Formats: sequence, structure tokens, C-alpha cells
Amino acid sequence: MDILSLFVVIPVLTITAILLLKDTRQVRLVSAFGMGLQLLMAAVLVYLYLSARHAGNIDEMLFVKDYLWFKSLNIHYAVGVDGISVAMISLTSLVVFAGIFASWEVEILKKEFFISLILLATGVFGFFISIDLFTMFLFYELAVIPMYLLIGIWGSGPKEYSAMKLTLMLMGGSALLLVGLLGIYFNSSPDKNQLTFNILEISKVVIPLPAQRMFFPLTFMGFGVLGALFPFHTWSPDGHASAPTAVSMLHAGVLMKLGGYGAFRVAIFLMPEAAHELSWIFIILTSISVIYGAFGAIAQKDLKYINAYSSVSHCGLVLFAVLMMNQTAMTGAIIQMISHGLMTALFFGLIGMIYGRTHTRMISEMGGLMKVIPFLSVCYVIAGLASLGLPGLSGFVAEMTIFVGAFQHPELFYRIVTIIVVSSIVITAVYILRVIAILLLGPTTNEHFEHLPDAKWFEKISVITLIGSVAAIGLAPFWLSTMIGTSMHPIIERILALNPF
Amino acid sequence: MINFSYTIWIPLLPFLMFLLLGLAGHKLKPKLSGLLGTGGLGLITILSYITAYRYFFTSEKVNGAYQKIIASNFTWLQFTDKLHIDMGVLLDPISVMMLVVITTVSFMVHIYSLGYMKGEKGFERFFAFLSLFSFSMLGLVLATNIFQMYIFWELVGVSSFLLIGFYYQKPSAVRASKKAFIVTRFADLGFLIGILILSFNTKTFDFITLTDPMGTAIAQGGGIAFLGLSVMTWSMIFVFMGGVGKSAMFPFHIWLPDAMEGPTPVSALIHAATMVVAGVYLVARMFPIYALSAPVALNVVAYVGAFSSLFAAVIACTQTDIKRVLAYSTMSQIGYMMLALGVSGYGGHEGLGYMASMFHLFTHAMFKALLFLGAGAIIHAVHSNYMTEMGGLRKYLPITHITFLIACLTIAGIPPLSGFFSKDEILAAAFHSNKILFAVEYAVAGLTAFYMFRLYFSVFWGKDTHYSHEPHEAPATMTIPLIILAVGSVVTGFIPFNKLVTSDGKIFESELELMIAIPSVLIGLLGIGIAYVMYRKESAIPDKLAATFKYSYKWAYNKFYMDELYLFITKKIIFRYIAEPVAWFDRHVVDATMNAIATVTQGVSYRIRGFQSGQLQKYAVVFITGAIMLSILFIYLWK
Repeated sequence: MDILSLFVVIPVLTITAILLLKDTRQVRLVSAFGMGLQLLMAAVLVYLYLSARHAGNIDEMLFVKDYLWFKSLNIHYAVGVDGISVAMISLTSLVVFAGIFASWEVEILKKEFFISLILLATGVFGFFISIDLFTMFLFYELAVIPMYLLIGIWGSGPKEYSAMKLTLMLMGGSALLLVGLLGIYFNSSPDKNQLTFNILEISKVVIPLPAQRMFFPLTFMGFGVLGALFPFHTWSPDGHASAPTAVSMLHAGVLMKLGGYGAFRVAIFLMPEAAHELSWIFIILTSISVIYGAFGAIAQKDLKYINAYSSVSHCGLVLFAVLMMNQTAMTGAIIQMISHGLMTALFFGLIGMIYGRTHTRMISEMGGLMKVIPFLSVCYVIAGLASLGLPGLSGFVAEMTIFVGAFQHPELFYRIVTIIVVSSIVITAVYILRVIAILLLGPTTNEHFEHLPDAKWFEKISVITLIGSVAAIGLAPFWLSTMIGTSMHPIIERILALNPF
Repeated sequence: MINFSYTIWIPLLPFLMFLLLGLAGHKLKPKLSGLLGTGGLGLITILSYITAYRYFFTSEKVNGAYQKIIASNFTWLQFTDKLHIDMGVLLDPISVMMLVVITTVSFMVHIYSLGYMKGEKGFERFFAFLSLFSFSMLGLVLATNIFQMYIFWELVGVSSFLLIGFYYQKPSAVRASKKAFIVTRFADLGFLIGILILSFNTKTFDFITLTDPMGTAIAQGGGIAFLGLSVMTWSMIFVFMGGVGKSAMFPFHIWLPDAMEGPTPVSALIHAATMVVAGVYLVARMFPIYALSAPVALNVVAYVGAFSSLFAAVIACTQTDIKRVLAYSTMSQIGYMMLALGVSGYGGHEGLGYMASMFHLFTHAMFKALLFLGAGAIIHAVHSNYMTEMGGLRKYLPITHITFLIACLTIAGIPPLSGFFSKDEILAAAFHSNKILFAVEYAVAGLTAFYMFRLYFSVFWGKDTHYSHEPHEAPATMTIPLIILAVGSVVTGFIPFNKLVTSDGKIFESELELMIAIPSVLIGLLGIGIAYVMYRKESAIPDKLAATFKYSYKWAYNKFYMDELYLFITKKIIFRYIAEPVAWFDRHVVDATMNAIATVTQGVSYRIRGFQSGQLQKYAVVFITGAIMLSILFIYLWK
């Protein structure tokens, strides 16, 4: 058994264990244990990865394992990681771990809830370790489908509508994506006799330009739907608003990252020429996402909607940076994914905890919570500061890497767009501070809120895990940035070799 | 070479203190937290003094110039091969001077707060925030590169936000903190864009490389033009925008008066002595570029400074809240410093304005902190901010009275107090460079003396007000800092800045120019005289004057309606005309389109689902009808 497959096997074993349990109260313990183990494995993986690199291993992917799965179509179960996927795996295990504790007190159908949640996580882990497009797509679908059940059953508000909308829109994205992936597959071999889904092998050939022009937009948009690319982002506000806490955390925290990661790893890495040619279209769309999402967030009244629009803005920045196609900006995109994943999971976790106490998410109905629930409120402020890019927390590192990187683009058009995108830091500050001021500060407006209990132990575990990670990246970004940057190097080399600009 | 590597502890110690008090503060006794914070700051004050002594008097000079010393440096974040953010400590005359200013004032404010904040809820939180602020401010001045400066620039912004909003249950304080953060954030956007343009063209963030007068950055600066100005000029104007925000220059000054909602020691530390001069420091730090490569940008600095100083001085004459008078006074004095930089040249006697600006920054820190702390003692005694509710306080608060008077005389520029010397140098520099700006500043000197003594007379003399309970002098923890700062205000004027802090690090000769000094003292005395007549005793003159100049008075009293303009932009334009339409558009156009696709699909499928009803009879009917029709058709066609 190789180490990477463990990331799929552990969740599956956890699910099996939950299925066998009779006592529903033990379900959460088992889940916490399983995902704790997963977190530990992620730490081990980081250690193994770094020591392998330190020992001078310069392969593009490490721990590569390849099993032939379906011979006639040359489909493999192939896994392997580089610094980027290791970072994404660590992010996922942190968010899942925190998510388990945030849903400690799920009331109905405990067993089924945790099974679906962990199944979703399995899909995400599988996606990040895959280097075979088919396996990757398989895990991608595995991650998306439990979402329908999680929102439709355990959600709130117009949950059936939201669940349906989210699933249909993501499936629409998948459809585009599947066409794109098949297009890549059928062009993966110049003489058409040994077609392959393996990313590393495809990267050794050059897909003909007409094919790139056709399949790049499909693949990019397919992943873009999940990455909340304007105008395909509208599943996000409704979906998040209806989803239960842990699902929002996982969805915004890691699932939306599948979009950014895929867009970078598949669409741009395999089809760099078309990406360069068409990037201006998508640069405009993503810039709209960034600014428009931020303005949209200012006018919202529901905490989750605010965060959903904020995610549109922040994820737009990821795709924006990826399209800049240089070392710094793309490294920034990965850091932004991690940073946004942690911080948005933190936000949604906290919103769930506040909602559990006040039974409302309308900011106008709340006020002065700082005095009543200081721990949660302080954490909310920290999350807010991270989101508006305060130095010392992860958001700053990510955004600055993106901005500086994007501004190195040799063409003036891209630099001007960068300046427009940079202005989002002000808009972000406006909506974050507006919420903090109304929600937490000022006098306590509702007398029913005067005796709310502060965070319980499991909530503290969830929140502290995330805040610790956000602060760690913010205070000492060099190791993460170096780990990602080193792995980015061969990718950029390939892109530049095909696009001398 | 002297070893300065220990200086890294000067910013680090307050940071550790912040972590300690922030994470474990609520478990400690409040008094212990306060003492820990103060003790830590005392320690770094001593360290800073030692550093200043060693730097100015024992370190080696090269060609008669003070050297820029990198005491420590490491790469914090690598962007590209050439662009990387370092964290480190840069020692040069201005950063060492700022070390002394910041630690001195911060230490005084810490001691003062032990008395002032006693018994307040959140005492340990207050000291944690103060430590955070000290850390950020020290990091800012010691920065080795412009990005490090930007990082700490943001951090002082957030500490200011936290401290203004310290009384977080008071809606006005919350509003003020939010406003301060957003306005300065907007200005910081300019700073960031400036950094991006600058680094794109010079490929470095490093201050020493950037500001080397012989270096490539300055040499190539005249290059590529955009709208008639060079790229370097653009980037320097953008960078200056950050300074305008932080230093509360027009038009980004609107946050500063509201920031007075914070506790008074905070106003003294952040909004008078240290953070608000960061903009001046920024221009001084980049000065060789401004002077040698972007003279247009330097002119912008001069005019913004001059206008702000006049604008603020006029408003200060009409305000009644003592802290707001002081806030506008701060803005006006910082305008002086900006102007001095703006009219300065680089090197030798040409750099008189640069030296004067730094000199005034130093003396202003002492006397303005003193004024604010004095105001705090007054507010502490009478529980009000409004001068209209005060009067005759000299009997009750003797120590505060004397120290406050010293500070007022200092800011009015009466010799031999420190303000006289530094202001005189600024006026001299302006005189030799631009007569119009000189005239403006000369008038502002008179206004300054007037509004300060208006404040002084109405608080300490004026009508005998009846207080609900008798005001009493502040405790020793509060009066001792007042006395120390008063001594500082008196003696710092004699520091020979022309030998220590100059634009190129070399000594130059400067003398008191009597032709400028005498008239400036006279106009100061005139201002005091008018204030004496109007406010020494209760008199009807102020009201009559206000009635005569009704409209101009009303405009000035309402701060020229800048706040209303700000509210109009944020509430109306941004919220009502941008954000809400965007939200509406998203729901009713983008999302509605997606829903429409779904509805259409659903509708169509309802229509066509009848085709597959599963009823054999129906299929048979359709099949037979179709077959017959086709047969008829074929027969008809073939015939």
C-alpha cells in the first residue's frame, strides 16, 4: 500500500466503521478519530515530501503509483504528488478535521450525515492525489454528489431548491469538463495509437493548437463553474446559505478549490498556448468576479450570503492569478486557495456557531455580540482581518503574491487590470468592517441574546485549528511559498517554452 | 564596525508582550498586565537610547556622512528572483531618531495609562493593543524595504482601528474606528499601487538600492512617460497617497478628528506623536527619489502640506471639543512637516527643509503628546470634552496647568522653547524656496498661536464654571509623564539637528535667520494677544465675530462639510448606487437567467414527456396514423 492511497483508504475505512456502529453517539468519535488520523497522515506526508526533496529528488511528481485499471481505454489509477498537491491535501485535512468538530451536535440522522460528509472528503482527497484525468474526474464527481444529499436533507431554508440548483449547475460544469477531458484524451498522442489520460505523459506532447482552442475554454469553464467564475457563480450564495455548517465549510473551503486546482493543473498546464491566447477573455471575467463579488457582498443582509459573495470575489482572484501564467502569480494562486480555504471555513464555522445560538443569520437582527460571546466574536474579528488581508495572517501573503506577480506581466493591459483588481482590498475592508461593526460591536440590541453561552470545547478545537493555520501561514509564509514555488517551476518552464512572452 | 544586531529585539519585545497579554492577559491581574507592558516598553526605551548614542556618537562615518546600517535582515517571502520581502532592521539617522521619539512617547503614554485607564474594563486588552501598536510602529520605522514598511503600515492601521474602537459598545467609537480604517485603507491602495509601479520599473523593494543618489533606480527614473509625467513621478505620487491617508492630510484627513473617540492616551500616542507622522517619515525615507527623480511629486507634497496646514488651522479656531481642536492642530502641524519636505532640496544647505521637517517632527512629538496627555488630565478631572463646560481650572489642576501652558507656548513658537527653533527652520526653508507657501505658513503660525491660546484661556481662565464635583489633580502616574514631556518640550530645541539628521547624512551649517525669526515670534505673540482679549475673561467678542462672519464661521465650524461629503460617497454612491444594484443585478439578471434555463428545460420536458407515456394503445394509434399518412404521401409522390 502506498502512502497516497491511504488518503482514500482511511476515509473509506472510517465510513465502513460508521456503518457497522450500532450506537449513534459513537459516530462522531469515530469520525473525529478517522479524520484526526488523516490530519496526522497529512503531516507525515508533508514531512516525507520535504525530506525527499531535501534529499535531492527532483522528479516532478513524488510517490508515484500506477495501476492499470481499464486496458482497452488505457485508464489507470495513477497517483502522485508535488508540493502543490501536498499543500492542498494538508488544507483539506485541516478543514475536514475542523468540520467534524463543527458538526458535533448534528441532530438528525447522525450516521448518514457523517457518512456523506466523509464521502465528500474522500472525493476531494482522491482528486488531489490523482494524476490520471479519468481518476481525477471520477473523484471530482464523487465529491460533488454527496453535496446534494447534505444540503437537501440537513440544510435550512429553501434547501431542496438550493440543493437542486447547486447540483444541476455543477453537473452542467461537469458536462463541459467531460467533453474537455475527452478532447485532451483523444489528442494525447500524436500518432493516435497510445492515447492516455496520464497528465505527466500528456504534458510531454503538445496538443495541436486547433484542439487546444476548442477544449481549453470547455475545460476551463467546466472547472470555473466550481471555482465560482462569473457568470456561473449563482449556485454559491443559495447553496451556501442553505447548507449545514460543516458542509459550507467543506464546500467553500475545499470543494471550490477543486475548480481552481483543476483549471491550473489540467486546463492551463496541458493547453498553455490556447490559455495564453484566450486568457484576456477569462481575465476580464475573473476581474468581474473579484470586484462584482465584493460589491455584491456589501449589500447583503444574511451572514452566509455575505460570505458566499466574498468567496466569489476571493476565488475569482485565484482564477485571475492562474491566468497570469507566471511563477509568482501562480504560486500566489495556490497560496490564495489555501488561505481562502482556511479562512472561509473559519467564517462558515463561526457563522454556524453564532446561528446555533441566536437562531438568525440576519445581521440587522443581531448586535453587540462581542460582550456576550467574546471568544467567538474575537475569532470572527480575526477571520475578518484575515479576509481583508491583514499582514500576519494568511490572506495578506496570498494577495500580495498575486498582485506583485500579476503586475510583472509584460503587457500593459494585464497590469492595468491588475490595478483594478487590487482595488478590491478596499471594498473587502468595507464589507468586512460593516459586518463586524453591526454584528459584534455596539450595545447588545436584543435582550434575548444577553445570556448566550460562549464556545464549547469542540467548537474551540474547530476554530483554533483553523486560526492557528491561518496565523502560521501569515507569520512564516516562506516555507509554504518555497514548497509551492519549487513545484511550480517545471510547470512554468513548460508554459514558457510553448509561449515565449 | 559596531555591532547593532541586538536592535532586532526593539520591535520583537513588544510583539512578544502583545502575544502574552493578548493570549493570557485575562488570566493575569490587570495591574500585573499593565506593569508588564510598561516594563517591556521601558526596557526597549533604554535600548533605543543606547542605540541612538552609539549610532550618532560612536559609529564610524564615511566621507563625513552617517551610514545606513542593516543590523539584521532575512527573506520573509520570495516573489521573484529579484523581488522579495525581507524583514530586518535598517539604522540611519531618521530611523534612529524615530526610535527615540516612539519609545519615549510610548513609554510616557504607558505610564500615564496606568493611572488614566485604572479600573476600566479591558485594562489588559488596552495594554495588549498598545504593545501591538508599538511593535508595528517600530517595525515601520526600522523597515529595510518598502514592502516591509507597507506591512507594518497596515499593522499600525489595524492597531489604530482597535484602539479607536476600544470602547466597542459606544456606537460613535465603532463608527470612528471603521471610518479611520476604511479611509486609510483607501489611501493605502494608492501606496500599494505605487509600490507595484515602482518595483516593476526598478526591480527592487530595497530602500538602500532605491534611494542611492548614484544608483540606477534614480538614474533611470526620468524614463517612460505617461500623461506627461515620468513613471517615477507617478509611482511617487501614488506612494505619497498612502502618506496623505496615514498623516491625515487633505482630503483624507476626515478620519482623524473622529479618531478622538479613542481613549486619550491613545490619541496622544498614535494620533499625535507617532502614527500620524508616518506619512512624513515615508516621504523622508524616499526623499532622494522625490528630490532627484520626481520633483513634480515633491511639489505635490509641498502644496498638499501647505493647504492642509491652513485648512486645519482655520477649522481649529472654531471647534469646541478640546480633543478635536488638538486633532486639527496636529493635522496643521503635520502639514508644516510635509511642506518643509516639499520645499527641500537634496544635500548640504539645500536640504534645510528636510532637516527642519525631521526636527519639527521630533519637537512636535514631545509637545503634542504633552498637550494630549494634559487634555486627558483635564477630561479626567471634569468628565467632559467641551471647553464650553470648563473654565478657571488653573486653581484645581496646578501641574496640568503649568505643563499645558509650556506646551501652548512651544507650539506658538515662543523662544527659547523647542517649537520656536523647529518652526523657524521650516519657515526659513519655505522662504528660500517659494514665497507663496511661506506666506501661507506665516499666517498659519499666527492662527496656531490664536487657537491654542483660545483653548488655554477658555479652559484654565475664562468664566468660573461650577462643577458638579470638585475637579482634582491627576495622580502621580499621570503628572510625572506630563512633567517629563514638558522638560522635553523645553530642551529638545537645542539639539543640533543639522549635525545629526540631514538629507545626505552630512553636517551642514545653519544659523538662526533673524529676518524670519523675529516676525514669526511677533505673529505668534499677536495670536496670543487676540486670544487673551477674547477669552481671558468671559466676553461677547467671539459671539459677535461669529455672528458677523456667519457663513464662513458656519462652514469652518462644520469642517467645510467634508464629513457630509464622505457620507454621501459611502452611503449614497457606494452603497445605494453601486452595491445594491450589483446585488439586485446578480439576483434578478444573472441568477434569473440560470433559473430561466432550468424553467425552460423543465417546461419543454413537460410538453414532450407525453411521447413516452408507456401506453401501448397510444403508441399504436400514433404508429398506425403515421404509417397511413406516410403511405398516402408516398403513393401521392410516386404517382
